[in-house]
Amino acid sequence: MANKLETLIDSLHTVLGEERIATLKCELNEVTIEVPAGKWHETALLLRDAPALHFESCIDVCGMDYSTYGDGIWDGPRFASVYHLTSYKYNIRLRVRVFCTDDDFPVLDSVVDVWNGVNWFEREAFDLYGILFQGHPDLRRILTDYGFVGHPFRKDFPLSGYVEMRYDPEQQRVIYQPVTIEPREITPRIIREENYGGC
Amino acid sequence: MAAEIRNYTLNFGPQHPAAHGVLRLVLELDGEVVERADPHIGLLHRGTEKLAESKTFIQNLPYMDRLDYMSMMANEHAYCMAIEKMLGLEVPLRAQYIRVMFDEITRILNHLLWLGAHALDCGAMTMFLYCFREREDLMDCYEAVSGARLHAAYYRPGGVYRDLPDEMPKYEASKIRNAEAIKKLNYNREGSLLDFIEDFTNRFPTYVDEYETLLTDNRVWKQRTVGIGVVSPERALQLGMTGAMLRGSGIAWDLRKKQPYEVYDKMDFDIPVGVNGDCYDRYLVRVEEMRQSNRIIKQCVAWLKANKGPVIVDNHKVAPPSRDAMKSNMEELIHHFKLFTEGMHVPASEAYAAVEHPKGEFGIYLVSDGANKPYRLKIRAPGYAHLSSLDEMSRGHMISDVVAIIGTQDIVFGEIDR
Repeated sequence: MANKLETLIDSLHTVLGEERIATLKCELNEVTIEVPAGKWHETALLLRDAPALHFESCIDVCGMDYSTYGDGIWDGPRFASVYHLTSYKYNIRLRVRVFCTDDDFPVLDSVVDVWNGVNWFEREAFDLYGILFQGHPDLRRILTDYGFVGHPFRKDFPLSGYVEMRYDPEQQRVIYQPVTIEPREITPRIIREENYGGC
Repeated sequence: MAAEIRNYTLNFGPQHPAAHGVLRLVLELDGEVVERADPHIGLLHRGTEKLAESKTFIQNLPYMDRLDYMSMMANEHAYCMAIEKMLGLEVPLRAQYIRVMFDEITRILNHLLWLGAHALDCGAMTMFLYCFREREDLMDCYEAVSGARLHAAYYRPGGVYRDLPDEMPKYEASKIRNAEAIKKLNYNREGSLLDFIEDFTNRFPTYVDEYETLLTDNRVWKQRTVGIGVVSPERALQLGMTGAMLRGSGIAWDLRKKQPYEVYDKMDFDIPVGVNGDCYDRYLVRVEEMRQSNRIIKQCVAWLKANKGPVIVDNHKVAPPSRDAMKSNMEELIHHFKLFTEGMHVPASEAYAAVEHPKGEFGIYLVSDGANKPYRLKIRAPGYAHLSSLDEMSRGHMISDVVAIIGTQDIVFGEIDR
């Protein structure tokens, strides 16, 4: 396993070159690279087609909002998209993180033409995080309701949302109204200092 | 006289019985031929991933059951594996065997439901009744071990919640059954849970033979499935397919063999692979998978009968202390209290853990910033990628084939909409 990862890291360096890898980490037997947003599409093609890498399949695309990471220690771009690639030929995985350069208008290049299967995953990241994928053939909302406003998985979107739906007997149809439940936190979120409780 | 030709747009679902839940499909039809299929999903969207960010790691576990509610424990497994990876926990061997055994029981449960529902969609009513007969026995195993027939919450980070019970719950006498009938029903419930499972594994191959007698050479079944929804191996990879959808197209890829987790590397089993990549091949692959799962369960039962040991780690920052210790020891009481109020802390890191779920690769991508709650939990549901390829698979087929394709994809909306 360790050998395989070293080979992968070497091939990543030789194939992609230093300008396409912003950082490279190898933790918990998983290799993560960060790719600059401007170079993402060409990098994706290289990852798929280079004989030494051969990542035929994109397993997952995950939108990320880092704005409250570590209770405010985060100092970097807010939105990112995380791709999990699998090489069936070499039986190895790779995680690629691409940060969106503009926090107010997050845009990334779509890779639907590289891996056709990411179509819905990119739609999901758009729907839930508002990350726009340039070149996506059909960037519609996918999981939220028809006519939904906002991007619900952003950290500044309340858990209970803004509107709720009910049947109105007078108008005889389903209507939206502001939420009536109050958000509450049962277990507070805590980050303990290191070695807390002797572990 | 030239008739005017017009394309129809047809709304299929979300309350259609063959839509497997709440699928809404907008079909563009040319006569009876599908020109475009546009699935509208999200009708069951509960925001599990967002909810997870406001709950502790243990509180999130039962949500996993409710994703793919046809293979509950396999979902929990991926979630526990992600946490264990980040904490660097070594799961006790007995717990690993129990997990593998229940993963395979879950696989059979899932495939039985898939087989019954798929056959029912294609017009074979009897299959549904047969499959649910066996599901009943397996759900009794779920109940015996966790107390719940479906939403078990049995796997925990660090192991499983408790050891296998020594006794199998029995039927009791009632108005409609006399003592003799009850005795007959209880014949395989006299011993432990493992005895019951062993008895099941001995009976199960005959059941699978029954299913195959009804379907495999059935002319109607073949007409409905052979050559329908063909996926080439290249397209299967491009579309991100996993599991039986990928193996049906002829790619021998199974995480249990390729990236073995728990004790799958000690198990003796084969990976069935299809040739043509159509609905019929995927049917054959899944049926053979049930036989292989049965083999794995047998091996696990034999090992579990011979070996005892702990089933959860001894680290009380992760797993609760025993009730006895908790009642008699101050230290353990504090651990218990802290674990169930504040919860465990997972070091700041990220991990992706994937299991060979009955439907394909089910992955959990977990990001923690060191808090007692996940910072981000992404669920990679296999059905999501499969359903996204429905358009490509059904294009050019007749409208009745769409039903067969939905069936072969093994769609469950709990995991797709999350």
